[in-house]
Amino acid sequence: MKLFPIRGGIHPDYRKELASEKAIVVMPLPAALYIPLQQHIGAPAEVLVNEGDLVKKGQMIARNQGAVSASQHAPTSGRIKTVTDVTAPHPSGLPQTTIILEPDGRDEWGELPEPISDPFTADAHTINDRVAQSGIVGMGGAAFPSAIKLNLGEQKKLDILLLNGAECEPYLTCDDRVMREYADEIIDGARIMAHALGTPRVVIGIEQNKPQAIAIMTRAASAFPNVEVIAVPVQYPMGSERHLVQAITGRETPARKLTADLGIVVHNVSTARAVHQAVRFGRPLVARVVTVSGGAIREPNNVLTPIGTLVADLVAFCGGFSARPERVVNGGPMMGQPLPSLDVPVVKGTSGILALTAEEINDRPADACIRCGSCVTVCPCGLSPVEMSAFIRKDKLEVAAKLGVMDCFSCGSCSYVCPSHIPLVHYFNYAKGMLNDLERERSKSERIKTLAEVRTIRIEKATEAKRAALAARKPAAENTSPVKTGEAEATTEEKANA
Amino acid sequence: MSIASISKSGPYAHGDSSVQKTMFTVLLALTPATLFNLYLFGWPAILLFTVTVGACLAVEAGCLSLAGKPVRATLADCSALLTGWLLAMSLPPWAPWWLGVLGAIFSIAMAKHSFGGIGQNVFNPAMVGRTVLLISFPVVMTTWIAPHPLFSAGAPGLFEAIAITFGGQMPDAVSSASALGHIKTELSRHIPVTESMAQVPGLMDMLLGYRAGSMGETSAILILAGGLFLMAKRIISWHIPLSVMGGLFLMAAIFHAVDPARYASGTFHLVSGATFLGAFFIATDYVTSPVTRKGQLIFGLGCGVLIWLIRNFAGYPEGVAFAVLLMNGLAPIIDQYTRPRAFGRTSKGEPLPLKEKP
Repeated sequence: MKLFPIRGGIHPDYRKELASEKAIVVMPLPAALYIPLQQHIGAPAEVLVNEGDLVKKGQMIARNQGAVSASQHAPTSGRIKTVTDVTAPHPSGLPQTTIILEPDGRDEWGELPEPISDPFTADAHTINDRVAQSGIVGMGGAAFPSAIKLNLGEQKKLDILLLNGAECEPYLTCDDRVMREYADEIIDGARIMAHALGTPRVVIGIEQNKPQAIAIMTRAASAFPNVEVIAVPVQYPMGSERHLVQAITGRETPARKLTADLGIVVHNVSTARAVHQAVRFGRPLVARVVTVSGGAIREPNNVLTPIGTLVADLVAFCGGFSARPERVVNGGPMMGQPLPSLDVPVVKGTSGILALTAEEINDRPADACIRCGSCVTVCPCGLSPVEMSAFIRKDKLEVAAKLGVMDCFSCGSCSYVCPSHIPLVHYFNYAKGMLNDLERERSKSERIKTLAEVRTIRIEKATEAKRAALAARKPAAENTSPVKTGEAEATTEEKANA
Repeated sequence: MSIASISKSGPYAHGDSSVQKTMFTVLLALTPATLFNLYLFGWPAILLFTVTVGACLAVEAGCLSLAGKPVRATLADCSALLTGWLLAMSLPPWAPWWLGVLGAIFSIAMAKHSFGGIGQNVFNPAMVGRTVLLISFPVVMTTWIAPHPLFSAGAPGLFEAIAITFGGQMPDAVSSASALGHIKTELSRHIPVTESMAQVPGLMDMLLGYRAGSMGETSAILILAGGLFLMAKRIISWHIPLSVMGGLFLMAAIFHAVDPARYASGTFHLVSGATFLGAFFIATDYVTSPVTRKGQLIFGLGCGVLIWLIRNFAGYPEGVAFAVLLMNGLAPIIDQYTRPRAFGRTSKGEPLPLKEKP
C-alpha cells in the first residue's frame, strides 16, 4: 500500500533491544496494591468500598461518574486496607485519593459480567457499555476512556478503525510484545471495536523496526479481508495519532478537529486486547504489560503488572537498579513524565517505567542558540521552535501563541536535536500552561462581565417598570416615597447576585 | 533512593549533537583546503594564518572576560576558532600580520560581541572583518601572489617569511592578479573578456586551486570535498550551496550568452574567486542565514545574484563577502516570510477546511 510522507521527525537511539526479546512475564502479587481513583483523563471514579471490605478479583471498587470517567476494579482478591491520599504517578508529586488493597494471595475472580457470546450481532450499545463497565482506557499513555471514543460511531460516519502499533518511543516494547504474543486477541478486539464503531475497515499501523510483530499480526489478520496490517517507516513521532493517520491515509487532520472528523478513530493495540478480554470473558482491565527498562535497570523486561503495583516493587522484580538512575520516567523518554518518587503506583496508562542514567539522558546546561534551524526541520507540526522559544524567553506569550505554540504536542523532537541543548519543550509547556491560565482567566472575566451586564439591564428594566407603575399611581397617591422602595429592591437584588 | 529534581520537562534523551561538535566538524571539513593553500603559499601564509586565528581567540577571550561570561567554556565551543580560520582564509596569503589582528578585532569584537556574542550577531563576523579590511586597506587586501609552494625554488624560507609577514618586506616581483581582478582591469582598458581570458589559469588549475587568490579559497575541488563531507554529516544541507552557485551560474550564463565579450562564462564565475568557499562555508553560517529550507533557497539565490552583480558592475572584482553580508541583513525578514505551514493549518494559519471524505 502506498504510504504518505509525514513532515520532520527524528531517528533517536531506540534501545528497544534492551527488552524487545524478553517475553512477557507475570509480576507476582506485591504486599499491597494502590489503586488511584483517577487513572484517566476526566473525573475521578466514585469509591464503592470501605475499609475492611473483602473484594474479589475484577470486582468494581470505584464507579465512573460524570460524562468522562472510568471505573476501577480490584486487580486481585483481598481486603481493602484503607482509602486515603497517596502520591500520584505525576510529576507534581501531589496526592490523590487511592484505594489500598491487601491481596489475600488466592487471586480469586469474582462474579464477572456474562461474556457477550456473539459480539458481531450485538448492538453498539451493548459493546460500549461493556467497555465502559470494564474500566478500559487508552493504553498508549493518554488514558482517555475508551468507551467514549467507541461512541463516536453514533455521531459521525466513520470508515477506518486505525490500531496504533507504531510504538515510536525509544525503549518501549510492551506493545511489540503484546502484538507478538496475543495477535489473535488484538485482532478480535479490533474487529469488535470496528463493529461497535461501524467502520468497514481496520488498519493496523506498525513501525518497521518490529518485523516479528508485523509478520505475526499479518498472519493473524489474513483470515479477515477487512483487516490490514501496514508497516510504517521508523520515524519518531509516527505514533502520534494525527501523524499516523496522515502517513497511512494521507488525510491531514485540521487544527482543533479530531481524526474522527476525517472518519478515522485511532486506538492502541493493547486497548484492543483489553476490549477482547472484556467482551469475550467479561474481564475488566486489572493488569497491563509494562516495559521496565533503561540503563539503570538490572534486568529490563516486559512485565504483566497488576494495576496499583508500586513502581518500587516493579523495579525490585526486575532486579533493582544496577546504576544510579538520574531519572525514573513514566512512559517513553521522549514524552514520558518524570516520577516524583518510586512509591507511586503503576496505572492503566503506564506503558513503561524507565530508569535512565545521566549518560542516557545526556542533559547539559543550555548554550546560546546558534540558529542552526534543526528544530524547524524536525518539527512534525511545521512550527518554528527557534522563534517561539525566543519570544517565550521574553515572556511574549501572545506572539508565541500566534506562531502556533498551542499546536505543539510536546513530542520533544526539537529538544532532542538542539545542539545547544536548549530545553525547548520546557519553554513550550510553560507557555501552554500560562496561555491556558490566561484563557481561563479571560473567559471567567468575560462571564463576570456578561453577568454584570445582564444584571444592569435587569435593574434598569425593574426601575423602569417601577417608574411606570409610579407614574400610573402618582395622581392617586402623591405622598408615598417610591424611589426609596426601588433602591431597596435593587440592593436586595445585588445581594442575591453577589 | 532519590530522584534528581524533576523540574525540567522531557525529553529525557538527547542526540549527540553539540555546538562544539558542529563547529569542530566544520573545521575538519576546512582542513584539506586550508592545508593545500598553506602549502601553496608557503611560510608567510602559515604565519599569517597563525596570527589571525590566535588574534581571534585572544579577542574572544578578552570580550568574554569583559562581559563577565565564562571564558574557557565558551572558547571551547570553537566558534571563535572557526571565525578566525575563515577570516584568515579570506586574506591575501602574504599580507602583513597587523591585517590579521585588525581583522580579528573587527570580526570578533565588533561583529560578534557587540551584538551579544555567539548566536546574536546579524552579520557573518569573518566577512565583516574581511570587508572592513578591504575597504580600509584596498591595496594590501588585493595584493595577490602567484603560487609559491613550500620548499619549491623561489619559495620564501621561514626567515624570509618572517620578514614578509612581520617586516612588511613584500618582494616586488611576485605579485599576481587574481583571475577576477585581471578580467575587470582588462575590461576597464576596453579589452574584451574573450581576449583577457587567455591570460587566466586554465579550468583545471582553477578547479584544483593552482592559482592566485585568498589564503583558503583557491581549491574548488578540496572545498567541494569539505562541503560534501558537511552535507554527509548533516551539518549543512544542499539548499544554500546549490542556490548560491545556481544563482551565480544562471546570471553569468545568461549574460555570457548575450554578450560574451563583456561577461565571463558561468563556469568561470563558479571556479574563480571565493565562490566555493562562500557557497559551502560562509553563506551556510547558521547564525546569519535563514532557518527554514525555503528561506535558505531564497537567501542562497540572493547571494548568487548579488555576487554576480558586484563582480560585474561594482568597483570590486570580488563580491562574495559583500553579497553574503547584504543577504545576512535580510535573513530575519526572510525567516519571517518563509515559516513552514503548521500541521492541520493553511499557510495563513487558519485551520484546514474539513474536506468531504473521499
